[in-house]
Amino acid sequence: MRVPISWLKDYIDLTLPIEELAERMTLAGLEVGAIEHIGAKWDREKIFVGEIVEVRRHPDADRLTIAVVEYGTGEPMAVVTGAPNIRVGDKGQKVPFATRGSRLIDGHSEELRYFTLKPSKIRGVRSEGMVCSEKELGISDDHEGIMILEDDAPTGVPLQDYMGDTVLELDLTPNLARCFSMVGVAREVAALSSQKCRLGEWPQLSERIGKPSLPWVELEIADPDLCPRYTAALVRDVQIGSSPPWLQRRLTLAGMRPINNIVDVTNYVMLEWGQPLHAFDYDLLRDRDGVTPPSGVPVIIVRRARRAELMTTLDGVGRALSEDTLLITDGGGPVAIAGVMGGLESEVAEKTTNVLIESANFNNISIRRTSQALKIPSEAAARFGRGVPPQLTMIAVERSARLMQELAGGTIEEGIADAYPVRPEVKVVDLTAKEVERILGIALDTEQIVSILESLEFECQVEGGVIRATVPHYRLDVSIPADLIEEVARVYGYDRLPTTLMDDELPPQQRDYSLEGEERVRDILVGCGLTEAITYSLSNLESFAKLDPGGAPPDPADYVKLSNPLTTEREYMRRTLMASLLEAVRDNLRYTERVALFEIGRIYLPQPGQELPDEPRRLAIAMTGPRDRRSWRTEEQRYVDFYDLKGVVETLLDRLGLTAQSFAPVEHPTFRSGGAATIEVADVEIGVFGEVDPKVRTSFDLPAQPVALLELDLEELLAQVEPVRYHRPISRFPAVSQDMSLVVDEHVPAQQLEDLIRRAGGELLVEVTLFDVYRGEPIPPGKKSLAYSLTYRHAEKTLTDRQVAKVHARIAKRLEKEIGARLRE
Amino acid sequence: MVEKVQMLKEEAMQALQAASNLPELDDWRVKYLGRKGGAVTQLLRSIPELPAEERPAFGQAANELKGFLQERYEARHAELSRPTVEMTEAIDVTLPGRPVNLGRLHLTIQTLREMYAIFGQMGFQVEEWPEVETDLLNFELLNMPPHHPARDMWDTFYVNPKVVLRTHTSPGQIRSMRKHCSDPIRIILPGKCYRYEAVTARSEFMFYQVEGLAVGRRITLADLKGTMVDFARQMFGADREVRFRCSYFPFTEPSVEVDMDCIICGGEGCRVCKHTGWVEICGAGMVHPQVLSNGGYDPDVYSGFAFGMGPERVAMLKHDIDDIRYFYSNDLRFLKQFG
Repeated sequence: MRVPISWLKDYIDLTLPIEELAERMTLAGLEVGAIEHIGAKWDREKIFVGEIVEVRRHPDADRLTIAVVEYGTGEPMAVVTGAPNIRVGDKGQKVPFATRGSRLIDGHSEELRYFTLKPSKIRGVRSEGMVCSEKELGISDDHEGIMILEDDAPTGVPLQDYMGDTVLELDLTPNLARCFSMVGVAREVAALSSQKCRLGEWPQLSERIGKPSLPWVELEIADPDLCPRYTAALVRDVQIGSSPPWLQRRLTLAGMRPINNIVDVTNYVMLEWGQPLHAFDYDLLRDRDGVTPPSGVPVIIVRRARRAELMTTLDGVGRALSEDTLLITDGGGPVAIAGVMGGLESEVAEKTTNVLIESANFNNISIRRTSQALKIPSEAAARFGRGVPPQLTMIAVERSARLMQELAGGTIEEGIADAYPVRPEVKVVDLTAKEVERILGIALDTEQIVSILESLEFECQVEGGVIRATVPHYRLDVSIPADLIEEVARVYGYDRLPTTLMDDELPPQQRDYSLEGEERVRDILVGCGLTEAITYSLSNLESFAKLDPGGAPPDPADYVKLSNPLTTEREYMRRTLMASLLEAVRDNLRYTERVALFEIGRIYLPQPGQELPDEPRRLAIAMTGPRDRRSWRTEEQRYVDFYDLKGVVETLLDRLGLTAQSFAPVEHPTFRSGGAATIEVADVEIGVFGEVDPKVRTSFDLPAQPVALLELDLEELLAQVEPVRYHRPISRFPAVSQDMSLVVDEHVPAQQLEDLIRRAGGELLVEVTLFDVYRGEPIPPGKKSLAYSLTYRHAEKTLTDRQVAKVHARIAKRLEKEIGARLRE
Repeated sequence: MVEKVQMLKEEAMQALQAASNLPELDDWRVKYLGRKGGAVTQLLRSIPELPAEERPAFGQAANELKGFLQERYEARHAELSRPTVEMTEAIDVTLPGRPVNLGRLHLTIQTLREMYAIFGQMGFQVEEWPEVETDLLNFELLNMPPHHPARDMWDTFYVNPKVVLRTHTSPGQIRSMRKHCSDPIRIILPGKCYRYEAVTARSEFMFYQVEGLAVGRRITLADLKGTMVDFARQMFGADREVRFRCSYFPFTEPSVEVDMDCIICGGEGCRVCKHTGWVEICGAGMVHPQVLSNGGYDPDVYSGFAFGMGPERVAMLKHDIDDIRYFYSNDLRFLKQFG
């Protein structure tokens, strides 16, 4: 909503500087998003109100003329112009006149480009100044002709003084429907600056109010639920033409384009009062038999559209309407989509002489639905959609009829037709000072509260400490005591509100182990050198499909799918973090060679028979590139592989105290064959990791180097974590370490070997460390050698060499017996 | 005779300390523990020559000495076997250190943790609720029936007409109230939210929000102001000022925007605060009576405040970040700047 200050001053005096006023309005809820100074760039020394004293023919060019302009110096100046709206012989028009050195906007340029006016010769005629178009002055985009000012504009006065202005641009929240008008804004400013609005007085036409049918029109509201009120006036014998400059300027400043005096009046009154209006060409409206005036009496029927009913709107678009669209129809069919847009057929045009003004009230939800469905975001629909009080129709119809009479030379026909089937109830809301204190935390007395409410035009009666406030008709947003409390708070001033800390009962405090666990996992992984990523939860099936090359494409039914995605790239809620994490790896590899990322986030699993999906948390890790950053101390660049990631997994499980862990080889489409494992904790499989399959790598545009990837179920992982870990005493007695090299069949997994060693070693064996894996001479083909360092210790005494040798031998024997392992010589 | 053992022990220990390399240590071993002529071996061999009554005590002492020296020997052996790593020459202390592989927390998570800590001190606990939410909870129970004009404030992703991606964390107000009814409540609800908005420097279609909710028998708007002042000062610095600006949310009444004096210019006016001297940090208000009632609390007895804050916005202000798109594009050059 754009509010020109010059217009606002019609209703109130401005007692504060603009910036201060804007700040007060903003604090009171009318957010001033911008303050625009119109004409601030017009140099007061160089740009003036000029008067054309003569227009001569250019000696050398048919399209150019020479305008002689007086601008207060007594020495008129001759300038060359190509403007089509002044002709040879014209005299007396007031125009904006720029002299040498003025900064103006280039009227021929698409972009905003300033230039400094210099004297020049145009086709042999010297020109030292310029008559300006609206575009050249930065008022609008109009560069059709020069701007013509009011006849009474004072010649020689700096243009900035004459028509410079300030426009407040308001960002209105949906509850401020009442401020979608100059009068509404003026009421607010009045309350904030303790004054009353001047809303103008004009003779009441009330004695003629109230008849739905008059000799010149018949009104019928078929659907009063959607149209509580329909009011109409008739103005005869108007002369269609341009509106006067002051009106055009106000419309332009308010952001609307002037069209003709009739349409401009409807828009002007809408901007002034917030009541959208529509002007019909009365002579095109038909009676019940389809006959137009003068013989027929037109009928206006407000009804819902019939199925697939058609009409052509003002913009020339043919539209098929649905049954919940509210229409204005006459005896011949639809003439307007109620509150949204008029029809092409009954539009006011140049030949129109008689105008029927519609000032009606429509159900806001119905208008919003229609406007959204037809994608017509008109100014009228914007206001109706937020809510307009039905009391306004009469004020607006009278105001607009009078303005048309004044500006288009018409006469107002006897009577105002008014069908008003649904009248709103007067709302009375009770409030006490105690309730204000309970919610705001400030003690105001009843008189203070009443005085604030009265400044906002609430009529208050105090009965036994209870304030009974009658809500003004235009306050559709107020219906309960809390609404009144907000009014009190914002006028009293939030800056005067004290700052206190809650002294209410503190709720019982409980630890959130689920969140703590998640945060712990983050810390552990950061400690492992991984950086945390957060990727979008929305993706596409193609991306998920890349994780399973050659597999069946993902079934859309398995996914939460948006019905209105922004792009098809972000249409489905993920069921895995792997795809988006690999994409993050790819993006980072463009400028770095080493990437190690993790993400903790939710996945979304639709549940049959349930409205909402499950949203369990997952953990994903992706690593690729050199294991270490390059430096003068890094001997050899090695690339990250499976075992780097496994080290991270083991660290994670170890730090979470999950000792019962095991890994088993698995074939998984995302990972290369023979290069992936499942993770089991306490016999529950919680995830999978491995080296990404080359085909998957290629489809994600990843380079040909190992990419280690993991995804696990964070819920399952954390479910295994015991809240408390218990201390194991540290033995005071010395430990003895002995190495054992074993030769086994290639297919024997290391974990099996280690499990056996531990079982055979029993209590005395406290640590098993694999420190070498070897294949090749002298180990026979099909075999491998694994070398372990075994640490023995007794909890309560020093072990003797003999005891150690005995256990060591027992282990070797057991291994030989169970899997044919031989000690390497 | 036992004194003899003690003397030998002292002598051996001195010699052990003197052995400064492995060959010397081996010599020591031969001298004291050698099987043929070692001093301790000889001591043990001399037992049969002693009077019978002295043998047990002497034998035990000698055996203990043997065990003790054996253990000392092994320890010394281990010590001397370690490769010599000590550097003696001067080093260039200006050479860079050996790189450590570093990880970092995402900036959003770091910011959330700060918020948990600050609000935690005031008794607010964390609760989490679904991201895919019903229209009923996201809108209707928050005073926005279908086609309500306020719905325009949130451009919404729909799964179907009854299910949306939550546009704010506020549906959690209802969920938490229903969970705790009618105990007093002090909670914060963090999580991802989604809006049908083109991605620009100022807006993302996915972002985090932290909802705050306090419900009790004596909660006022002044308490909300105090809570916001406390938060702003702990998060942004002890001399921050906070102001309330009247605003509108269908689920709070009165509703306010909470502004803080601009941390960049201190209120003088700059690019960050759009020359107003103030920056918006959250939307807030007193929980609407209907919403309290929808959550199961009698609005005549209970009152409450709620606020909704964007951790990205907090981080952007705090760290002078001018583009929200950095947060979820996961560029390591961005992520590595924090934490």
